[in-house]
Amino acid sequence: MTVAAAPRTWDHRHLLDVEGLSRGELERVCDLAVEMREARAARDNRSMLEAETVGLAFYEPSTRTRVSFELAAKALGATTVDLVVAASSVEKGESLVDTARTLERTGVTTLVLRHQSAGAPQVVARATGMRIVNAGDGAHAHPTQALADLLTLREALGPLDGRLITIVGDVVHSRVARSNIHALTSVGARVRVAGPRGWVADFEGWPGVEISTTLTDGLRGADAVMALRVQLERGVQLIGEAADWRLDSERMEMAAPAAPILHPGPTNEGVEITSELANGPRSLIGRQVENGVPVRMAVLALLAGAA
Amino acid sequence: MSGGAFGRLTDPPASIVVVGARVVDPAGQTDEVRDVAVVDGILADGPAADGEQVDGRGLVLAPGLCDLHAHLREPGTPGETVASGTRAAAHGGFTTICAMPNTDPPLDSADAVTGVLEAGAGASCRVRVIGAATRDRAGHEMADLEAMAAAGAVGFSDDGASVLDPAVARSVLESLARIGLPLMEHAEDAELAGAGVMRRGAYATRLALAPWPPEAELAVVQRDLSLAEATGARVHLTHLSTAAAVDAVRDAKARGVKVTCDVTPHHLALTDAWVAGSRRFAWEEADPHQERAYDGSCRVNPPLASREDALALLAGIADGTVDAIATDHAPHPMERKTGPFEDAAPGLIGLETALSLGLAAVEAGRLDLAVLLGALSARPAAIIGESRRLEAGTPADFVLFDSAARWRVDASALASASANTPLVGMELPGVVRMTVAGGRVTFRAATR
Repeated sequence: MTVAAAPRTWDHRHLLDVEGLSRGELERVCDLAVEMREARAARDNRSMLEAETVGLAFYEPSTRTRVSFELAAKALGATTVDLVVAASSVEKGESLVDTARTLERTGVTTLVLRHQSAGAPQVVARATGMRIVNAGDGAHAHPTQALADLLTLREALGPLDGRLITIVGDVVHSRVARSNIHALTSVGARVRVAGPRGWVADFEGWPGVEISTTLTDGLRGADAVMALRVQLERGVQLIGEAADWRLDSERMEMAAPAAPILHPGPTNEGVEITSELANGPRSLIGRQVENGVPVRMAVLALLAGAA
Repeated sequence: MSGGAFGRLTDPPASIVVVGARVVDPAGQTDEVRDVAVVDGILADGPAADGEQVDGRGLVLAPGLCDLHAHLREPGTPGETVASGTRAAAHGGFTTICAMPNTDPPLDSADAVTGVLEAGAGASCRVRVIGAATRDRAGHEMADLEAMAAAGAVGFSDDGASVLDPAVARSVLESLARIGLPLMEHAEDAELAGAGVMRRGAYATRLALAPWPPEAELAVVQRDLSLAEATGARVHLTHLSTAAAVDAVRDAKARGVKVTCDVTPHHLALTDAWVAGSRRFAWEEADPHQERAYDGSCRVNPPLASREDALALLAGIADGTVDAIATDHAPHPMERKTGPFEDAAPGLIGLETALSLGLAAVEAGRLDLAVLLGALSARPAAIIGESRRLEAGTPADFVLFDSAARWRVDASALASASANTPLVGMELPGVVRMTVAGGRVTFRAATR
């Protein structure tokens, strides 16, 4: 089948953040992603973005995000070009903005950017004429991850109005958490963040967000639980005993019956989640990855005005 | 270049009559519509028939503005020169600016002080020099303060940082108690500040930028207030940005500690919401916008304050706790401002927008005009031993401006060699028509 032209216009040139997307827009991405999944399976839409050149500029390591963007772009017929940072002029000290301008001059029309600095996508969006898709900026935002998570949760739980989603762990350092908070509260879900005070206290007063500083309280009654990766590679110190915050099947008994568990990956198995839970029947971790490609197809198509 | 002409302090003295301006003299506590006559650079007593007539009707004439904190970047650092910085000052209504010592090399010797004073001698604004408090501005060993004072330094600072070592800070203050000049302290505990680039608060959490805790400022304020009390020296705390610091100064003044302080125009009018893309003043409702967020031109140290702090700074000016508004004019080449926010060089230019931001606060009912002008002229001048009175027989030193007229901040029309301010593109109240420093016309707007 072919995706029908969507009735509404999409008036965002970039995807910098989930913040700023309305409930209708979030749902539209999810709806379109479902269609894209079917289209991909049917090998449809293979020329939708044939006029586009999608640049992948990953200044930080990535497996699932980079690969799924590349597959998403290719599934819609775009040309892709991968800036291999370690082998590029970046290593010679070329600035982010200069590199982005170079990519633009070579013909890149949409730049997928992952960068260690919060706000790097905004900086490039202002400095160039390319469409910018944020693939993770510092601890700030990871919008396509949140969109994939939203689709995953919607498919597991149905409508999310009033449902309670608990995000456990190092929230303050997590771009996934920030983007999920925006996405989930925008679609009417309740969000609870649970972790040691130093990881959650700054979210006091955030609209629609509750805070728990014990795991038991944090999990109580949750309709779904999202574990976060402890950002050990960013020098984050474990606060207190990591074991106090590790999710396992026994602790999940505090949550709603059969409440699913999510994790953006890659997991530090045995740190934030047990292997048994991550690979067990409650786990949606595989679905999150699978949904990554169609969600990114939907995003690329919407930004290009092709859907 | 700005729409106007610049003069120099070495030009021949002026003879002009400003007719019918609202003359606001905060130190003299007068505010009246009258003529102001200048004969050969000196304010005349009563009306004068000779000299060029300037129509002052509808304009405000106030004592020349005095900036305690400007970075002229000479020697050795990019973004400004004494020549361009003093033109920016004249364009903004300033007749005295104090050059800060964090240059390359730092101004830590009598020769270095003399060098900047000589560069400023024929400029468009008087230049005073703040010498480094410690050798190489490193915070470990006291600089030769007496020699710099003899060369003309009017205060001392390790600006960019506090005097790092508390024992050295004490020695500096003991010396300054004898010399009689103030320590101009950049109050920030480097270890508490850590890697912080944005004021701690809801916006920093939202943007995930490393938070700067207000305790970093208060810790050094409290240290210096104790040391001022113990040594009897004068401490001037520059660019205070937190309500807690202003409260501490208020209490110390009540105890009789010899402390003065200033705040910047950007800390009282702009807020941390600007980093999130807002372009509304502190007294207005913020309008954050993600595509404008993370603009490196909003990176400054101390970081833009919370709304509550900005309003507390305004209240501090209104009640006299805050002595002065000082610009912390910090020019940077654009390439140091256009990368990711956390990598942007801290600081923004302020000489050409200070009066306008103050007038915006006056328009909003947050400051009284005479209080604003006092904080921009007579009160800072007194801290460095200058006076600002519109008195007959003294050299003419004033700014003539239209407080209601508006101008759009255009990067190419600024006299500064740099344009790093988030105000570019905004429309602000207050257009300077003429600046007269030491009897010379240093700036005159193009006639329309």
